[in-house]
Amino acid sequence: MNHLTIAPILIPSITAILMLLPPLAERIVLQRWLAWVSFVLLLAASTALLLQVDQQTQVYLLGGWQPPFGIMLLADRLSVMLVTLTAFLALCACLYGSAHEETTGRFFYPLFMFQVMGINGAFLTGDIFNLFVFFEVLLIASYALLVHGGGKEKTKASFHYITLNLLGSAFFLIALGTLYGTVGTLNMADLSAKVPLLAAETQAIAKAGALLLLLVFGLKSAMMPLQFWLTRTYAAAAAPVAALFAIMTKVGLYSIYRVFGGIFGDSAGDLANIATPWIWPLAIATLVFGMLGAIAAPSLRLLTANMVLISVGTLLLSFVMNGGQSLAAGLYYLMHSTLVAAALFLLADQIHVQRGHAQDRFVVSRPMKQAGILGAFYFTAAIAIIGLPPLSGFVGKALLLQGVTDSSERIWVWSSLLISSLFALIAFSRAGTSLFWHLSGSKSGTEVAKLAQLVAIALLLLASPLLTLFAGPVTSFTERAAQDIRQSTVLVQQVIAESEELTYDTH
Amino acid sequence: MELIFALCVGILTACGVYLTLRGSTFTVVIGLTLLSYAVNLFLFASGRLALNAAPILKQAEQHTDPLPQALVLTAIVIGFAMTAFAVILAMRARADLGNDHVDGNPPELEQTLQHKDKRS
Repeated sequence: MNHLTIAPILIPSITAILMLLPPLAERIVLQRWLAWVSFVLLLAASTALLLQVDQQTQVYLLGGWQPPFGIMLLADRLSVMLVTLTAFLALCACLYGSAHEETTGRFFYPLFMFQVMGINGAFLTGDIFNLFVFFEVLLIASYALLVHGGGKEKTKASFHYITLNLLGSAFFLIALGTLYGTVGTLNMADLSAKVPLLAAETQAIAKAGALLLLLVFGLKSAMMPLQFWLTRTYAAAAAPVAALFAIMTKVGLYSIYRVFGGIFGDSAGDLANIATPWIWPLAIATLVFGMLGAIAAPSLRLLTANMVLISVGTLLLSFVMNGGQSLAAGLYYLMHSTLVAAALFLLADQIHVQRGHAQDRFVVSRPMKQAGILGAFYFTAAIAIIGLPPLSGFVGKALLLQGVTDSSERIWVWSSLLISSLFALIAFSRAGTSLFWHLSGSKSGTEVAKLAQLVAIALLLLASPLLTLFAGPVTSFTERAAQDIRQSTVLVQQVIAESEELTYDTH
Repeated sequence: MELIFALCVGILTACGVYLTLRGSTFTVVIGLTLLSYAVNLFLFASGRLALNAAPILKQAEQHTDPLPQALVLTAIVIGFAMTAFAVILAMRARADLGNDHVDGNPPELEQTLQHKDKRS
């Protein structure tokens, strides 16, 4: 077994525990350095793992317990791609947080680490109950990070967020109980093998359980009727926390890909593609709601939160359209939208600080001290997230639009994607005009961004031109990653079959 | 036994959902607790109900599925931690916002304030 597979979970968890122990517990400077070192290590480990799994998918059996009884980790291209994305995002967000947020409340770095551990665990696990456990790990860290820094807005937003997510967890467990009661296993690949064999009378119960899972993942990924928590929560959170949260909706989306692409995908017999008729209208509704929200948003952070909603809608569409063949384009768009949205959250915080009382609201205010560099960042980020050429948003959207072959699907996909881009263009032009050009007086404030903050934003934004430049290799990788949903299921089923043979031999 | 068990789960869920939909944070927390009890019982039943059966395979004549019991144990621990956090946050919200309404601004309070304004 290759122990590198579990490194993305172990590195942040060990670092977090070290940070809570006496030599480091009270020394923020040492914690900061440890956090940087461990994120760089994490990024290196995930990149190394990415290179390995591109050759050979890794199955890691914890404690050597054979699947489907023991817990296993599954590292294939799809999961490790997201782990690497998380590592890079967390490094940038942590770099930004080290300038200011580390001292606005206690336990900033340990919580950050636990959150990353939960996210990585959710991406790597191959067992659906373990997915629940890692969801809870990332959620409890996110509850604490959300109130980090304190204040009325944060308390208000986080009570809603916590209540909704606790309800979500309850539904998650009910869905798992239903599935276990009918299918008799919780290993994802084993579920996928046994779901087509279900008797007709238990199919309805299994279907109910599966659709309950869609409800839960829809809540985490902010799908249409369940998205009302997102804008307020993301706008209230401290900037580095909001940037890290940009990957959290993707955890929900990833679970939808795994469960409704892998377990209840094409090979599920009578229950094949049960979620598709639900996801279609809800994805378009999410897009529409996101673009209306973007037009109505009174501040840059709310505008960015609505852009996250638009990207969720787009990614859900990419999962269902074209019979699931466009997921590769969706994965490319996922990387782009996560990084750019995170950069915009960080940028909004700088604008917020430098504009004094006007904050990041679209009103007349004093000029910013560093209007030049922040303006350049804003311009780049806006072009990328709207989807104008030459940056990665354009490539991603072009790939998605190109991927639709069916003419009746094309009407829906093209119109919703293109109109949402137009709305985003209007919203961002208006926002940029009022943030940078509607000025009162010529005297600016004294606040300036620290170097670490500027570097963090620049690193995140640099990803967009790089994704454009290397669009060829990246898209060929995402194509292989999209196929992995099916292929790794088959691979794990083989591992299970082999281990069953072994068990019978020893008796 | 199945009927009583199912009724228990159902009643707990119904009470939990009702309380969760109330307006003050305390009832919401109680509702979440009831809901998590219901969920734990439900999970426990997902391995089928059996009397006088050990959760070990091949040792006893009658045996019951050990996995749901392990799952319930995990779910109880997680639910307990989450409830503790929700209670603390509710108290903090009470301190920060000055009331225990889930939105931070109870509708009745606004009305009474307006009445006072009119009278004065």
